[in-house]
Formats: sequence, C-alpha cells, structure tokens
Amino acid sequence: MSNEATLHSQQEVMHGAAAHGHGHDDHEHHHEGGFISKYVFSMDHKTIAKQFLITGILWAIVGAFFSVLFRLQLGFPDTSFPWLESILGHWAKGGHISPEAYYALVTMHGTILVFFVLTAGLSGTFSNLLIPLQVGARDMASPFMNMLSYWFFFMASCVMMTSLFVQTGPASGGWTAYPPLSALGDASIGSKIGMDLWLTSMALFVVSQLLGGLNYISTILNMRTKGMSMTKMPLTIWSFFFTAVLGVLSFPVLLSGFILLLFDRHAGTSFYLSELFVAGKALSNEGGSAILYQHLFWFLGHPEVYIIILPAMGMVSEILAVNARKPIFGYLAMVGSMFAIAILAFLVWAHHMFVTGLNPFLGAFFVLLTLLIAVPSAIKVFNWITTIWKGNIRFTPGMLFSIGFVSTFISGGLTGIWLGNSSIDIHLHDTYFVIAHFHIVMGVSAFFGTFAGVYHWFPKMFGRFLNNTLSYIHFWITLIGAYLIFWPMHYEGMAGMPRRYYDYSNWESFKQFGDLNHFISIVVIIVFAAQLMFVFNFFYSIFKGRKLTTTNPWNSTTLEWTTPINPGHGNWPGEIPEVYRWPYDYSKDGKDFIPQTVPLSPDEEAAGGH
Amino acid sequence: MQAMSVQRNKIHPHKYSLWIAMGSITMMFIGFTSAYVVKRAQANWFTFQLPVIFWISTAIILSSSFTVQMAVKQFKNRHMQRYKQLITLTAVLGVAFAVCQWIGFMQMNAMGLPLNGPASVSFIYVIVSVHLLHVLGGVVALLIMFGRAFRTRIRTYSPVPIEVAATYWHFVDALWIYLLIFLSIAR
Repeated sequence: MSNEATLHSQQEVMHGAAAHGHGHDDHEHHHEGGFISKYVFSMDHKTIAKQFLITGILWAIVGAFFSVLFRLQLGFPDTSFPWLESILGHWAKGGHISPEAYYALVTMHGTILVFFVLTAGLSGTFSNLLIPLQVGARDMASPFMNMLSYWFFFMASCVMMTSLFVQTGPASGGWTAYPPLSALGDASIGSKIGMDLWLTSMALFVVSQLLGGLNYISTILNMRTKGMSMTKMPLTIWSFFFTAVLGVLSFPVLLSGFILLLFDRHAGTSFYLSELFVAGKALSNEGGSAILYQHLFWFLGHPEVYIIILPAMGMVSEILAVNARKPIFGYLAMVGSMFAIAILAFLVWAHHMFVTGLNPFLGAFFVLLTLLIAVPSAIKVFNWITTIWKGNIRFTPGMLFSIGFVSTFISGGLTGIWLGNSSIDIHLHDTYFVIAHFHIVMGVSAFFGTFAGVYHWFPKMFGRFLNNTLSYIHFWITLIGAYLIFWPMHYEGMAGMPRRYYDYSNWESFKQFGDLNHFISIVVIIVFAAQLMFVFNFFYSIFKGRKLTTTNPWNSTTLEWTTPINPGHGNWPGEIPEVYRWPYDYSKDGKDFIPQTVPLSPDEEAAGGH
Repeated sequence: MQAMSVQRNKIHPHKYSLWIAMGSITMMFIGFTSAYVVKRAQANWFTFQLPVIFWISTAIILSSSFTVQMAVKQFKNRHMQRYKQLITLTAVLGVAFAVCQWIGFMQMNAMGLPLNGPASVSFIYVIVSVHLLHVLGGVVALLIMFGRAFRTRIRTYSPVPIEVAATYWHFVDALWIYLLIFLSIAR
C-alpha cells in the first residue's frame, strides 16, 4: 500500500520527492527494499508483466505437452507407449491413454491455452509492460490492484494445477464446460471434484482479468503524458484498450453463467437441467435449459477470441512499421477497424450455436453480423501488407513472426467466412474443419503475435537480446509446422470427421485419414520440441544473452525506448517525456525515424503536423 | 538517480477505476437478468409474489444512501465526530438490509418456494444473494473507513476514499432498485 501511495495517485508525495529529494530517498527505500517486494509481491508494472509472461510460458509448456499426449493417441491408436503409464499411471494402462484421460487432456489443453496462456499470458504480459511505458506513465492507475490481478491469476493457476492431480481427474467435458455434462457429478468422472476446481479456478481467473482490465482502461484514459492525445497513441495501446474493454464487459457475464452452474451442481436448482436420466434413474430437475448456458458462455466466448487476437494485432502493427521503416498505413482505419471488431464481438455469439435448434430466422442475422467482421479484418490485413509494401524491411525475429501472423491470420480468417454461413456450418460444425479454423486464426496467430512481442520487447524487459540463430530456427519450424499440422485438418473436416473423438480407426469413413493423423502427430512432436528450444533461449538469454548497448535497439519512435536500459520503478528518472508527434514518423523528411519526443519542426507546423 | 516528476492525472485513478468496475458489475447483472428473460420466454414459467419485506429493505438501503452522502459532506467539513457516526449508521443500515433480505429468503422458503424449486424462484435467490454480497462488500469498505477514522498515527485528509466508498454505495443501492423493479415487472 505504501508503494501505491508514494508512486501514484498521491501527488503530494511525489511532489515532495521532486521538490526536496530526501522524500525521494524514502521512496527508493520502499521500492528497492527487499527481494520479496522487488520480485515477488512487486507493484512495478514491468515486474508484474514478467510474472505474467513466465507463468504463461510454464502453462504453455503444460498445455502444449497435453496436446502432444492426445496427438499420440490420435496418430498412433494401436501403438503402446509404456512410458505413458509411468507418468500417467492408471490413466494410461498398458501404455494407451484411457478415454477418460483423453477427454481430460483435450479439455485442459483448451482451458489452459485459451485462458491461462493466450489471455493472461498475452495481454497480461504486454498490457502491463507497454501501457505505462508507451503512454508515458509512472505505473498503472492502481499498482496495488495490478499486483492483486497477478496474484489472483496465480491462485487460479494453483487451483487448476491441483485439479490435475485429484483422484477423479480434472474437468473433462470440453473447455466450454457445457451442462448437463458439467452440471452433474454422476455424468462422468471428470464432472466430479475436477469440475468444481475448474469453476473455482475460472472464477478467480475472471477476478484477475477484471482487476487487470480496470487498470488498463483507467491508465490509458487518464494517465497519458503531456501531448499524448488518443490519436498519438501507438496501435499497441489502442489494441490493449479495446481488449480490456471487451474483457471488462464480457467476463462478468461468464461469471454469471458459472454461478448458475454452481447452483445447479450443488443446490439442486434447475437453471440448465431438465428431464435427465443418469444411469437409468430419472433426475428431479425439470424446466431448465442447457442452451441458456451456451448463450451466457458464448456471450463471453466470442469476445474472448478477440481478447486473444487484438493484442497480437496491435503488437504486429507496431513491429511491422518499426521494421519496415515506414509509417503504419491507415492509422485511423486501423483504430476504426479495431473499434468495429470490438462492437461486433458482442453481436455474433450465436454463430457458435447454429446447430442447437436456434431459430433459422434469427440465425440469418447472426450470419450477416458474422460476415461483417470480414470487413474490418480485411482492412487490417490490407493495411499490414501496404505497410511493409516497398518498405526497407529488417528481418528481425520479431518482424518474421509478425509477417507470419499476417499469413496465418489470412488463411485462418478465410475459413471463418465458410463457418460463419449457417448453411455450411451445419455440415462443418464440430468437425476438424472448425479445429483447423480456430487453431490457425486464433491459436497460431495469437502465438505468433506473442512471439513477435517477446522477441521485440525482450531487450526492454531484460536489457539483453535473445539468441538470433535459435530465433530463426524457432520461426521457420513453427511456421511450416503450424501449416503442416492444421492445413490437412481442413480436408478431414470437410469429409465430416468429428472433433473430440477418441479413436477414428473404427470408422470406415475416417480410416483413410489414419496416415494423415500419423503425419500430423509427428509434426506436432517436432514443433513442440522447437517451442522447448524457444523456452531454453528465453531463460538462457535472461542471464547470458547479448547485452544492450543503446537504449533504443530497434531505432523506434515510441516512448518505452526513451527509458534507461534497465528502468527502475517509475520508468523515467526526472521528467516524464513530453510527446509532440504520432508514433509512426519513419523515413520522414530524409530522417530514418523521429521519436515522439522530438518537437515539430517549423515546416511540419506549417503543414499541420500529425 | 534524479528525482521523479509528478504523474499527471485528469481524474483520480481510483474514482475512474470504480466507474469501470461498476460497469463491469452491471454487466454481470445484465447477464443474470438476460438469462431470466430468456428462461421466462420458455414454457412452464412459474409466477409468484415477491415477499413484502423486500420493499422494507428497499426503504432501508435508500435511507442509507442519504446517510453516506451526509457522511461525505461532514468529512469535507472536518466534522469528524459526525462523520464517524454517519458511516457507522450507514454500515448498520447495510447490515439491516442484509438481515431483511435473509428474512425474505426464509419467508419464501416457508411459502413453499425453496431454492431448488422452479427456475423463477431459484433466480430470485441467486440474483438477490449475489447483489447482497456486493452490499456486504460495501459494508466492509465502510468498516475500513471507520478504522481509518480512529487511526491516530496517520491522519488522512483526502476525501477520495470516502467518496469512492459512497459512490459504490449509491451504485449498489441503484442496482437493487433496478433489480426489484425488474423482478416485479418481469414476473
């Protein structure tokens, strides 16, 4: 609390520090005091960002490893892997993953990647790191709440991790946790204590996201430095802003849905349950509607996919402009399209529910609104391509991953147009086509955005560079591997191969894909190994990477590179820099780049400036 | 290292965060009431009268909004004695509100409308108790204010904490009015 009082709101204290200096010593004492307050219960947004990133990386390893395990089942259904029994015990008797374990792995893979890695790990990391640095603030609006946000995420992580080790296993009804499977403990072993822990963990996670989101919004709107008008903000900040707005408005609705689900599980209510038989016995619940849950879930669930992709879009916009040495093409169109995506995010949820018996007339509206998303998405893609068009491109690892992002976003986005049409969706629903679509457009793309961000801002986080050779190997294996894994799944889906099945070799129609599944699983293992190499590169470079010698290694215009190489809490010694121009003055007036802190020249003033 | 300059703020960040938080809480209740509307449109919707005591609790929480507003005024005028009395009174009214809601639950139960009854009944229990949790959160905030007012070592003259608490208190009050009107009309 004392940190918060010193650094933030309480201007009088800061004023005292600025005016007298002895007040300042006092302030330093608070911040750099001990290991615990500096590295563990830190209120410095940069440290919290690193905490989110490292926790996210650990979760990503777990989540990706789970996908390797279930891909072993899908690719090698007849092969026995005795080592599986030694790590999974009775969940993999005789070296074969049991059906229960398979569903648990699939469910946890989805939950971990969607929420813990690509929500908390992505926007938690980069919103925390970049918002104060790029808008010119000392820290977040409330550093204490920001710290709480991480520790709620940490508690959610602990509960979810615990659920992996309970006797009846973790939740296994899919990452969407649809009732009645998730509402009735007797429905499956994964619906017992594992499901309760899942709901508890997710409730803590929602609290973490709300505390974080509140801070991001109020920091962006209130704490920008002098001259940093909204239209002078880098696109990263705009994307984090829309992400936070989406989160703050949609996560509470998810929580409502979970609360009703908890009541159905433990208080005998019938919000989602009706006319059910479990093990031959009729349940007393009546009058509930399982579809109700789907409405509440997807009202969050659809904005959630934009919560995942918008930060990646923002970072990619920034990195493309920096490394093409060109201004971003269509800045306002970029902001406008993100705004349009944020609005449409709330109006399309029922396209996940075309086959639930949704009124086809109503469905037609959701088809229209869904297809409308193609417009802002296409504007963004066009602008990214025109930004690098004829640019003086530097192929840094961050740049490669950004270009990779644009590629996967296009290929994954195009299949979205198929699925958004209810008539095609009826055929493709719950097939591998859907798996391929959302893994490419949301999973792989968001990962590419994350990697781009990590490679680009690693020097700011740790004052060192990542190893370049390993970075390039990582990029090419990941890009080629991602396409090799997910491209063939489109064909499987078009042939009607359903998702979430344990074994396809019993089906005459899907036997033909045996070799393809085999191939996909092998690529998965190779790509997973490449990610472990990245993790090694990451941790090795924190301690042994090449050191930064200048404060602005990428010759970038934005404010974070005006801080010292290893900024302390408060970011800028002395004054916060003032901003005079937009963040994309690259290759202008014969200069390679002009930082935002450089005042407009008389010529620029005459031209109206930016 | 040089001394750091002042952070610019257009509006106090805690007040601003509170407004966003209130938007977020509102979304949660919009979630509940939308679920209620969707469920109500389906077959076999069971209707019943809300317990009268919910109207008494409404009067209580309305009056507590006045007391908390007067507390803010007394704080700004440095009438600390009056201020302490008023936030105590507000917290007591908050607890009284909670008791009334609880009695309402007991009455519904006695009328043969238990929690695990028809969905329309279950909704009342869930919505009212989630709202009640938010009121109790406000009571905790007032207790913290109360503790601060008796602190002798550190005295604070910033009205921001009590203003934040008061705004939140008005918010849960208004939220209850909305819920009561909603639940009375959309029966």
